[in-house]
Amino acid sequence: MASTGWLTIREPLPAKARTWVTMASFVLPLVVWCLLSYVPFLWHPMTLVTDPGDVSVAGDYSFIEKDQLVDRDVFAKRNLELSAAGAHLAEGQRANPIYLPAPHEVARAFYTAFTTEPQRRGDYWLHESLWHSCQIIFWGFVYAALFGVPIGLLCGTFSLFSRLFEPFIDFVRYMPAPVFGALAVAIFGLEDAPKVAIIFIGTFFQMVLVVANTTRAIDPALLHAAQTLGASNRQLLQHVVVPAIIPNLYRDMRILIGWAWTYLVVAELIGEKSGISAFIYQQQRYRHFDNVYAAIAVIGFVGLAFDQLLAQLGTLLFPWESGNHAVSRLLRRKSSSSVVGQAPASTAAPAFDDESSGPISEEPVPTMVSRVRPSQEVA
Amino acid sequence: MNPVASDRLELPSYRHHTEQVRRHLAEIAQRPVVLEVDQLARTFQGPSGAMPALTGIDLEVRRGEFVSVIGPSGCGKSTLIRILAGLDRPSSGGAFIDGVRIEGPGAERGMVFQGYTLFPWLSVMQNVMFGLRMKHVSKARAEEHARHWLKVIGLERFMDHYPAQLSGGMKQRVAIARALANEPRILLMDEPFGALDALTRCSMQKHLLEVHSQVDVTILFITHDLDEAIYLSDRIVVLGANPGRTLEVIDVPVTRPRSPEQFLTGHFLATKKRLEQLIHGTDDAMTSSQHMDLAC
Repeated sequence: MASTGWLTIREPLPAKARTWVTMASFVLPLVVWCLLSYVPFLWHPMTLVTDPGDVSVAGDYSFIEKDQLVDRDVFAKRNLELSAAGAHLAEGQRANPIYLPAPHEVARAFYTAFTTEPQRRGDYWLHESLWHSCQIIFWGFVYAALFGVPIGLLCGTFSLFSRLFEPFIDFVRYMPAPVFGALAVAIFGLEDAPKVAIIFIGTFFQMVLVVANTTRAIDPALLHAAQTLGASNRQLLQHVVVPAIIPNLYRDMRILIGWAWTYLVVAELIGEKSGISAFIYQQQRYRHFDNVYAAIAVIGFVGLAFDQLLAQLGTLLFPWESGNHAVSRLLRRKSSSSVVGQAPASTAAPAFDDESSGPISEEPVPTMVSRVRPSQEVA
Repeated sequence: MNPVASDRLELPSYRHHTEQVRRHLAEIAQRPVVLEVDQLARTFQGPSGAMPALTGIDLEVRRGEFVSVIGPSGCGKSTLIRILAGLDRPSSGGAFIDGVRIEGPGAERGMVFQGYTLFPWLSVMQNVMFGLRMKHVSKARAEEHARHWLKVIGLERFMDHYPAQLSGGMKQRVAIARALANEPRILLMDEPFGALDALTRCSMQKHLLEVHSQVDVTILFITHDLDEAIYLSDRIVVLGANPGRTLEVIDVPVTRPRSPEQFLTGHFLATKKRLEQLIHGTDDAMTSSQHMDLAC
């Protein structure tokens, strides 16, 4: 197994190893988390007091109580005070700080977040918050793509638009989207509109530049070939530039939608707090860090699932790149039922010889080319 | 097979034409001129001033003729064909198709490139239909045409494949069909077999000769392969480098139809020897020709 080249440069992993390594990419962090959470001597810098000992003994550290989480050296010093007084010692377990809940606690929070009602009236369920966030992302991204893709396409195709748009966009894109927060609230009010605007600002400017670069990366030979086949400027754009970049454009969009998620938290905390960020913010204030982790993990899961969905969809949409012809086969089966009259392709011999006797010569194929060469007439 | 008895092989003059060849060339000379190049020059602006890439190129290509342009790298043969395709502009002089000055790319001049330029998102059939669709020919008619041309190049079975599923030679055959489907006045070929291996190249040459004999098409063919130029052409334009200029135009004395056996005929070798002299200043025609024979 080890000799099959796990570290060969730019070689794909063996098929079996691929599955294992993909799993390991999730399992390894989980294992580290479990070790830190369940193996006390690894980290656990705190002590959870189970018995404060003799509370009557006075001292600098007499504040410790049952169920309190204290630094280990505080706990040790309290026990020094107690032992000096010859009193009953405090007891406790090593524990992690409150900001690192154990996996099972997060898992439980994850479950209960979806099954228990919010603590306060008017608070949202986790799934409601999440759905709201998805809508913000969706609209912010749709507006960005609606303007960003055509402008990027024009910039990548025509020097005129590249000169006209790109310098200013370069100037704006270095401004962090959150700085427009106050402005967005002033213009769009307190509800969802300013949040969508922040997502838009965060992705639009990057999108124009990314799409422009993708467009510029088209093999110029394809454009030349199309030109020599008689394509006009407009046809070149419509029938060559657009289809040539679409698979890469799709990949760009997958990356940029991740970008949109990173602006989500900032966007949702301006104006009236909303969505998954409001949920996290609320749980943070209650110091329910298990809920915080659960919500963060949900974002990760949603992002990963969505991206995987898009990736799979991509292989279906672009069969010339993926070699997955399921969709085109389906389409062909549909269309072939309407053209049963035509001879199946397999019966045609792939040779020159039958060219003169094929159905072409008896068909009125409207070819302007004369099939008899002048030389044959002379000879 | 090897007729060499002594060190030097007695070859006929490459200017000597048999009766059959003379008749063929005379017959070509009767046909109308399709492409005319008149004192064409192209100068590039380099870091150290103007660099002439092509100077004073004159050329006439007649209907149905097969003309090759050959020369060392840097002789401007690619620049020439790019200008003829309308992808570049001459600095002075001009080129004319049926008497009309070439001002830009156009469907009446088909081109086959050295690299693979099939549209990867279109099937073989759709690639061949591309030019017709650009001319707003109906889908049904375009399909009929495409089917015909795919048959001519012998790839009808592969019409539903994507280019990525084809071998290099098949891709170039589709590219030829795609250009021919437009029924161009002239087919410009810029080292179309340059990226192929020797065996595939050999069969592609055979294919091209067959297409040329079946279809009324005028071909201007760029190559740096001497055997290829002689094997395929009626005439060979030899360009010299720095600056690119015409050294000689050779009427190929090899009879048609062509076959690989002709690589070792006296007329073939004599022509090759002359090309070697013009391009490299040497005459090792014999040795490389035997290589070629083995490949075919």
